[in-house]
Amino acid sequence: MLKVRFFSLIREALDCEELDLEYAPELITLEEVKSHLISKGGDLWQEALRQPNVVHALNHRVVEPSHPISDGDEIAFFPPMTGG
Amino acid sequence: MTVSVQQQAFDIQAQYELLLGSRAGAGVATFTGYVRDLSEGGTVTALELEHYPGMTEKVLGEIGASAEQRFGLLGWRIVHRFGLLGDQEAIVWVGTVADHRTEAFAGCQFIMDSLKTRAPFWKREHLDGGNALWVKSKAEDLDRELAWQEKQV
Repeated sequence: MLKVRFFSLIREALDCEELDLEYAPELITLEEVKSHLISKGGDLWQEALRQPNVVHALNHRVVEPSHPISDGDEIAFFPPMTGG
Repeated sequence: MTVSVQQQAFDIQAQYELLLGSRAGAGVATFTGYVRDLSEGGTVTALELEHYPGMTEKVLGEIGASAEQRFGLLGWRIVHRFGLLGDQEAIVWVGTVADHRTEAFAGCQFIMDSLKTRAPFWKREHLDGGNALWVKSKAEDLDRELAWQEKQV
């Protein structure tokens, strides 16, 4: 199982804080997880997750979309950070 | 060498004492960031801060440890709030301790510049009139963080 979390503007656009996704071997990278979510969710998810500045995180670390994933991972998608 | 991510307001003097502990005779630099009352959108009545529990603490800890190693800090502390903050409330406090002012100042600035673009916080400004707008990231913040990667201080 994969845990997928969304924050800020993306969380609001999707009206979803987090979801559990069944792990499958064809979900090799974060990019494939994203494509899978878009194929299930449709236009709204496409618009929210295909923005060019979406940040990808894997197990609490920012990574490139091409980073491989494993069963049990926690994945997050969010806009650029604005703390401080 | 500590991080606190908290909802409640903090007392700066108490943070200063937590930073210093039993250390004495060194240079100390601190920075406090407050909610500003004006933004591009208008008058700000409150600021809301969302964060990613777990990742936030981890990233802030890594930033502090990097500063410690890079500038030879003797101590550091990062306090960052989340939730709803009123006008003029303190959002963030960073303190650094070093043998000399150069390292204390640089370490403090490095931590602030890094956390702006790397710590998973998102600000939303509540404006006079009822609108609430997510704050956009600034290119200049990213430039400042990138500049540290290029500098060999």
